[in-house]
Amino acid sequence: MKVSELSPAEFSKRLKRRGIYLKTGPFISHIRSSIPAVARNLSLLYSDHQLMTSEDFADFHIELFRSRGLRRWYRPQVNFSFDGHIPFKPLPLAQAFPMFEWTLNWCIANHSNQYLILHAAAIEKDGLAVILPAPPGTGKSTLCAGLSSRGWRLLSDELAILRLGDMKLLPLARPINLKNDSIDIMRQYTPDATFGQTSHDTAKGDVAHMKPSTDSVIRSDETATPTWIIFPKYVANENISLTLRSKAQTFIYAAENAFNYSALGLKGFQAMEHLIDSCHCYDFIYSDLDQAVEQFNSLPLSEEITP
Amino acid sequence: MKPDCILVTALTDPGIMRSLNLKQWDLLIRQARNANLSGRLNTLCHENGLLEHIPEQAINHLSSAQILADRQVDTIRWEVNRIQQALERLDVPVVLLKGAAYLLSGLPAAKGRIFTDIDLLFRKKEIDAVEKTLLLFGWFPTKMDEYDQRYYRTWMHEIPPLSHIKRHSVLDVHHAILPETASLHPDTEKLLENIIPVKGFDNLFTLSEVDMVLHSATHLFHDGELENGLRDLIDLDALLRHFSENNPDFWNDIVLRAHDLELSRPLYYAFKYSNKLLNTPIPKNILTSLDQSPIKPLAWFMDRLFSRALQPDHASCDDGFTGIARWLLYVRSHYLRMPFQLLLPHLLRKAWMRRFNEQDTTI
Repeated sequence: MKVSELSPAEFSKRLKRRGIYLKTGPFISHIRSSIPAVARNLSLLYSDHQLMTSEDFADFHIELFRSRGLRRWYRPQVNFSFDGHIPFKPLPLAQAFPMFEWTLNWCIANHSNQYLILHAAAIEKDGLAVILPAPPGTGKSTLCAGLSSRGWRLLSDELAILRLGDMKLLPLARPINLKNDSIDIMRQYTPDATFGQTSHDTAKGDVAHMKPSTDSVIRSDETATPTWIIFPKYVANENISLTLRSKAQTFIYAAENAFNYSALGLKGFQAMEHLIDSCHCYDFIYSDLDQAVEQFNSLPLSEEITP
Repeated sequence: MKPDCILVTALTDPGIMRSLNLKQWDLLIRQARNANLSGRLNTLCHENGLLEHIPEQAINHLSSAQILADRQVDTIRWEVNRIQQALERLDVPVVLLKGAAYLLSGLPAAKGRIFTDIDLLFRKKEIDAVEKTLLLFGWFPTKMDEYDQRYYRTWMHEIPPLSHIKRHSVLDVHHAILPETASLHPDTEKLLENIIPVKGFDNLFTLSEVDMVLHSATHLFHDGELENGLRDLIDLDALLRHFSENNPDFWNDIVLRAHDLELSRPLYYAFKYSNKLLNTPIPKNILTSLDQSPIKPLAWFMDRLFSRALQPDHASCDDGFTGIARWLLYVRSHYLRMPFQLLLPHLLRKAWMRRFNEQDTTI
């Protein structure tokens, strides 16, 4: 059953009482919350996602709840509980939905060593995938959101999940986390897309989530072959450029920014080696999203540059 | 009390995992994760050839935990190698305690055990030189306010934990197995007399077999706050089974040694609860010869507390009294650690700091 098959009122009632069993890519999360903003954003941004009819097993059992006591009145807060344990300090109540997204990322990144998990966005077209690593503030999410509204399928905007056996990328297709200026840029660039509430003054500035396309959610069991690793960088007024990047540097960066590269030990090294060997690695500078989309639609399939 | 938590059942009778349904697996994985026993559970599944009977959803979590446990074996071995190199010049015996000791001695208790800190034991007069040398090799005291620093150095049986600036490994450096202010006083000198060398290393030791068990029992029943209670009891069970199988004198030896080190009471509790929860085969005459049961009403009361606190820390294993049982044992652990006139100001200060200073997260 899809989330959208429940009315918002039914959805929030179920979320509050026995919780929902939400499928995102290979993971099932049992989520409970009585916080209205969490229910509202979930039913809006996850409306194409599946609710499991069998509620026997969940990978993660999580709850978001308001701090009790006096604080409830003068400085309301939201807490995250991971099956009864509270690993993080509370956040202001207004950040309840961003907290849900961050903590679900944490659950996945910390409990899934059957995969190699990179801190990167990933998109796919014709079965071939681009991995977009890059430090925060480089326009990675903006580019990922832009491409996913122009014919590319979203795999993930934050966690690139690689299956160790065949090194396929598994889709996660969750809302795209946009920060600060990107929020308005994407609202203008994709007027048809659905956006959640903007949360102000979080640790990462203003944050809003953009709903993933229906197509990427429906196809979230379809894996993709990693083919390019591209480090994007938004530089205002700069000419677009795609330049080869050293594989050694790419390896080191990807390893340092993977969530569980070192936990995987030798397996991690072998998987990363295989990944870097089988991908074309580039640096990419852009200042205009349309140009960027055009470039991505003609990415070279051999190690030569055709800008 | 809730009857039989599924994790305890699976640990004592792994065969039942053949016939669990998906809902039961969900609960088992959750209890194991909260009790820090997922790696152990995975080991049991392998050893008993159960993999083909386990649903894929559950296998994912078990193997994810196993990967962590495997990785940790490499990490701990490497850290121990670094420690030994660093302390070579000092000419003091380096004694490993608990997890690292089980691992380096190849004991079954180490299989799938998930832990991160390395515990070490030295003579008190050697601590200063050890700390300075470890500092040279990158192990710095963890950040702590002055009160906590002073508290550790004056009253505790260890110095503030050391953390490596690059690799972030954490060392707990002890000069005794209980605080100086505790009601029991096991003599470190006596423990050091019987240490046994770790094969393949020059200056690396563990406690003797009986002392290893006594330390584990003391840590769990006289000092700890039982946050890893069931995991520690699993250690005891594995140690007792392994040592008693290979040494017919083991039971008599350990009772005599416990008496010698003033540790008969913790050993009594260790025997009682590993037998009660995990069916550890303790000879009847040994339990009676220890003769350490507290007076009847107290024994009844302690039983109510331990039986609850030794269950996995998961809502499905709790009853209405679990919270208070854990809290009372927390208070007890402090009470056993230091006399009342020290304890009261300490706990008041801790409560105050916790309430008004969010950075304070120690002890």
